[in-house]
Amino acid sequence: MLLNGVVLAVNYALIALGITLIFSIMNILNFAHGQMFMIGGFVVYYLYGLFGVNYFASLVAVVAVLGVIGWCFEKFFFQRMRKMATREENSMLLAVGTALLLENLALSFFGEKQRGVPPVVSGVFKIGDAFLPAGRLLVMVLALVLIVGLLLFVQYTKLGRALRALAQDREVTYLMGVNVDRIAALGFALGAALAGLAGGLLMTVFGINSGVGTVYSIKAFIMIMIGGAGIVPGAILGAVVLGFAEAIGYALLPGSITYLLIFVGLIVFLLFRPQGLMGKPWG
Amino acid sequence: MDQATDNRCPATAGEAGGSLFSWQALGFTGFLLLVFVGVPVTFGRLPYFITVLTNAAVLSFISLGVWITFSIGRMNLAQGAFALVGGYVTAILATRYGISFWVCLPLSGLVSAVLGALIGWPMLRLKGVYFAMTTLSLTEAIRLLALNGGDVTKGATGIVNVPPPGTIWIFGRMVVPPFSSADPMPYYFLAAGMLALGLVAVWRLSNSRLGWVFRSLRQNEDLATSIGINVAKYRVMAFSLCCFMAGTGGAFFVAFQQNIYPSTYTVADSVNFLLYCFLGGLDYLFGPIVGAFLLVISFELLHAIQDYQALIYGALMIFCMLCLPNGILSLRLRRFDGRRNPKA
Repeated sequence: MLLNGVVLAVNYALIALGITLIFSIMNILNFAHGQMFMIGGFVVYYLYGLFGVNYFASLVAVVAVLGVIGWCFEKFFFQRMRKMATREENSMLLAVGTALLLENLALSFFGEKQRGVPPVVSGVFKIGDAFLPAGRLLVMVLALVLIVGLLLFVQYTKLGRALRALAQDREVTYLMGVNVDRIAALGFALGAALAGLAGGLLMTVFGINSGVGTVYSIKAFIMIMIGGAGIVPGAILGAVVLGFAEAIGYALLPGSITYLLIFVGLIVFLLFRPQGLMGKPWG
Repeated sequence: MDQATDNRCPATAGEAGGSLFSWQALGFTGFLLLVFVGVPVTFGRLPYFITVLTNAAVLSFISLGVWITFSIGRMNLAQGAFALVGGYVTAILATRYGISFWVCLPLSGLVSAVLGALIGWPMLRLKGVYFAMTTLSLTEAIRLLALNGGDVTKGATGIVNVPPPGTIWIFGRMVVPPFSSADPMPYYFLAAGMLALGLVAVWRLSNSRLGWVFRSLRQNEDLATSIGINVAKYRVMAFSLCCFMAGTGGAFFVAFQQNIYPSTYTVADSVNFLLYCFLGGLDYLFGPIVGAFLLVISFELLHAIQDYQALIYGALMIFCMLCLPNGILSLRLRRFDGRRNPKA
């Protein structure tokens, strides 16, 4: 149960990091994040599950596909929108529109069936009294590696510095000679790729269908609301909280009551701390 | 402090309201004539088309609620949740306790409004995307609640065979004949009546002091607080009004379709309500109505593309956002006035 919690938490952290990245850089909430997760899962399903491509090669393909989608969204939709928006609701509605579009494209192309893939590695590890299938361990390790890699990238590379600068102050970043439009598109692509990677990883454990997008978007929202929107450690913390809550809830309670309780808990939590655990007070 | 707001409102209202008022009065009279005389005469023999119009009327009634929350500057994605609440209240009361639909209808609205006020009070402290995220989660939460409601909501099987609205007797006289599921005409009149009432109410509201208070909340809550407006009170008021409309709309659909399931209103429906408002134009009272009628009717007429309805909705939303960010009505006003419409 707790091990399941760890597996979930680590993967959720990937999702939460992706959405946080996009949110902090562009102040856009990516409503299509869950849909990107879903597309990542489908890329793995087709490449690895159907055509027998190496699993790790398909993960690379996921990054490429989602990166292009994210880049196009930023380039063709959001950049245009920012230049002509009159009300702040517009960019939010645009994001909702992209989610709707992606979800229904997926429905038309991939159908409604639940899809799964054969396990990447077989075998079971016994840790204490608990059994951990090797597949889950692999997913967990890969996700951990990705998270650490991302944090190092954002902290120490030139591009990462530009991304952080953009998140702090747009105008000053312009002044420092950074090509803001390009960096923003890159950030969006990176966020989308993270969502897709999480999809490609969790796909091997839970399978996927065209309808999961909204569910995962909502999970991503919950995580960043728990942790505080736009804050990297907050996103990880939120993922840990949600991952364990879900794992424990599913083990002890029947069906969808777990999420009902999580929602109720969230609303009560926001009553006392609307800015999340680590967010700064605002408004 | 209060004087400052009172002095400011009539002055601004007089300046911008003059042309706005006559435009809207003219439009509204035409609308009433069209709805209560034109449509029954023209389409009275086409029950299918009447059904479509009924759908569009109540959908735009519900969207009008979303429009109110837009006017206080919040993007409300919970409208589907409150429509579901209203629908279940009517379905449960009508099937289990045999209470007349005419009592259930306002009661459903009331339950939704109270629930909206209770949930809205903490939730409305959130702004922008935070509010949108929470309301989106709420839509999902209420759906799960209905799914896990056990004997009360009957879970995934839903509540079926809800009796249609019955007769109203006043002083021994039959004022409203009983509805039957075979004839959509009474439903149409009820829907049109609801829409007309809702429209008048929201129109009066947006031209009154309250409407100006709501708009001031959208522009700057801190400033509104500083001139003595009780921000928390007014935003809860706007939100529960919006929930009231969702509740009554949901109750109507239960009577119209005679069933309700947890999946009757999902996140996609909440998004559609936003889309109707947005397509028509957020700055115009008629925006949600134009948007809903246009989309619902055009999709009913184009049977061939119905499978792709949601896909086209998504594409349309993005297209509008990029090419027509102020909605369809902004086109018309710009042409007639010869100037761009004001932002506020």
